[in-house]
Amino acid sequence: MLAALTALLAGMLLVLAPPARAGTDDGCVSSPEAGCLAGSVRGSDGPAGGVEIQVEGPESTETVTTGEDGTWSAAITANGTYTLTLDVGTLPEGQQLLSPDDNPRDLRAVVGATRQVNFELGDPEAVDEAPSGESGTGGTDPMVDAEGGEIIGEEAPRGGSTITPQRIAQQAAAGLRFGLVLALASVGLSLIYGTTGLSSFSHGEQVTLGALLTYVFASVLGWPLVPAIILAVALCASTGWLQDAGIWKPLRRRGVGLVQGMIVTIGLALALQYLFQLVFGGGTVSILNYIPGTWTIGPVRLNIPSYYAMGISVVALSAVGYFLLRTRTGRATRAVSDNPALAAASGIDVDRIIRLVWVVSAGLAGLAGVLLALIFNGANWTLGMQMLLLMFAAVTLGGLGTAFGALVGSLVIGMVVEMANLVVPTDLKYASALLILILVLLVRPQGILGRAERIG
Amino acid sequence: MDWQRLLTLAAAELIAPQTAAFALAAIGLNVHFGFTGLLNMGHAGFMLLGAYGFAISTIAGAPLWLALIIAMACAVVFALLLGIPTLKLRGDYLAIVTISAAEIVRMVGRSTLFTDLTGASSGIRGNTYKSTFQALSPLPDGSTTIGPFTYGNNLSNGWWVRIAAWAIVLLAVLFIYLLMRSPWGRVLKGIREDEDAVRALGKSVYAYKMQALVLGGVLGALGGVVYVLPTSVQPDAMGRAMTFFVWTVLLLGGAATIFGPVLGSMIFFVTLSIVRTTMREVLPPDVFSPAQIEPLSGMLIGIALMLLVIFRPQGILGDKKELTFHVR
Repeated sequence: MLAALTALLAGMLLVLAPPARAGTDDGCVSSPEAGCLAGSVRGSDGPAGGVEIQVEGPESTETVTTGEDGTWSAAITANGTYTLTLDVGTLPEGQQLLSPDDNPRDLRAVVGATRQVNFELGDPEAVDEAPSGESGTGGTDPMVDAEGGEIIGEEAPRGGSTITPQRIAQQAAAGLRFGLVLALASVGLSLIYGTTGLSSFSHGEQVTLGALLTYVFASVLGWPLVPAIILAVALCASTGWLQDAGIWKPLRRRGVGLVQGMIVTIGLALALQYLFQLVFGGGTVSILNYIPGTWTIGPVRLNIPSYYAMGISVVALSAVGYFLLRTRTGRATRAVSDNPALAAASGIDVDRIIRLVWVVSAGLAGLAGVLLALIFNGANWTLGMQMLLLMFAAVTLGGLGTAFGALVGSLVIGMVVEMANLVVPTDLKYASALLILILVLLVRPQGILGRAERIG
Repeated sequence: MDWQRLLTLAAAELIAPQTAAFALAAIGLNVHFGFTGLLNMGHAGFMLLGAYGFAISTIAGAPLWLALIIAMACAVVFALLLGIPTLKLRGDYLAIVTISAAEIVRMVGRSTLFTDLTGASSGIRGNTYKSTFQALSPLPDGSTTIGPFTYGNNLSNGWWVRIAAWAIVLLAVLFIYLLMRSPWGRVLKGIREDEDAVRALGKSVYAYKMQALVLGGVLGALGGVVYVLPTSVQPDAMGRAMTFFVWTVLLLGGAATIFGPVLGSMIFFVTLSIVRTTMREVLPPDVFSPAQIEPLSGMLIGIALMLLVIFRPQGILGDKKELTFHVR
């Protein structure tokens, strides 16, 4: 049974692999210096070729034409708002835009990432199509959680080239970078799980909070970057204190079960996500208002914030490791993780340890958010939502509740996500990380570093 | 403030196909969580698969019955794939794996890789897969007014889809009612209460959990089909938020009850409609733009979910003794 399933899943991977690079061959490739706007013009009858789209940006204006398959792409060299105007006159005979109000449309694009923009053809009169209820505006229904706005763009060239050692090195470096930053967030998630047993779904929002607060301080208020980051992380840590004092300690007192607690975190995550959307809007904001330069080390070329981010992550993770292994409070934390009742019996103030864990975890998650926003030069309200599952994957891979397992798991997930870029299209790289999680659970349910105890 | 408009809009939600779709999905989730105690956090994945299965097979030329079977078969396969690695593990593993798997489905669906099949992130237009369902309508063309509601008889968001959707919900409720009174249903509840006791009686807990996962998943897929019949298949509209809304619906009505999911869905959408309309009327437009009403109501759903789970976890109809809030 197990073998058959593994084969099936492996088969799924294979099916995904071969046609990966179809259609991206001579399109725009984003790099640290250039971004892309790309998309397609399609209707129910298929793609529309030869359609002209004018791309008007802060620095230049160019006109691109869709290919036979209806796809188009334009390279951009500056962050900012771009206006796309589809020339309706060049549409195939009898075709019109499904939503003419969306043309021309304004959108924000950043360097270092690809922004997908699709135009749909069809009959705008077919009002029949509108979603039920009174919300004629369609797209803003909360059911549409706009997870389409993937801000975590790819930096390395993809597609159109064979797998070379140079690309592998580049992707490995990007994977290490992503894994280290992911580890900051997932170590905290794992500590919370270890000490309280809670799978906190709102941990992703702590990541978003760090990024958005830094944006407010550095970009809106114009502070220098370092104090902005320090204050943002400090504020994030204080939200950890607030959360435990305001929600989790009273709930522990009430004897609220773990599953109940998990659903409470889901509610909290929903509420915070929509709060961020309310305050910051649906668009992507960037902390830096210039394009960071790049450094090249051997075959690897990353933007400068990436190197700082890796350094900061290593320092922060070492500090957490030192704290857990060498300090008295750290040992107490591990004791609570192991067996809260026994820890309490031997004189450890369990509530105090849990409070500390919440503060440290929220601070680390905020730091991870700041670093992600700097690396990818952008953040929006879905940042944490996109990270959350990868954090869960990392924590589960490493072994639920083991802090060092979360580190190992994060590095594995980071590598898988970036390496997957070599064989699958970019929009499936997160899917491949989650698939790896399921495969590992098949053969080693306790995770990489977890103890082989009976769990279930 | 226009009270009549407010109430009409709210009452329209009572019979809206979307309400029926969420009721069906919540009935499926109730089989998972309410009766068996399985933490399925990826219910939207079942719904999306059902929607894709139905739409793609219809476009490929399958008749209605075959398309429905394919939609349900997708959910069966998905449930088996999820259940094999996780049902022997502790409950929170199932939660993490199901939410991840549902995301995989969404990401693959919106990937440009299968644009010809799934339409990538723009999804599948409704008109391309509705014809077989609408051809079945016994209603004459034109529109009918019942009370304050006027809908076209056979329009894609008209009376026919409402009648069909609620008929399916009714059948599902009846089916679950009979099933949970049967010996099979009692074993499920036994697993929820004490897995080891059921094992000691010689029952295969794993097999029963798997059957429950499949059954609930199939109901979820049907919910997905009903959800997309009046609109279109949009992978990004069927993501995690949808799963969490189905959970809110279930917990609101009361887990482990027969009518809880249906009642929960009605109350959820009626309240949402009232809240949204009121906010549009009351909030000053220069402080909150109409576009901000949606995130504001999303926030309220999140807060409502938190309060509900803390203060009334058994929901409106539920019995506190029948709660399954402990991980195993």
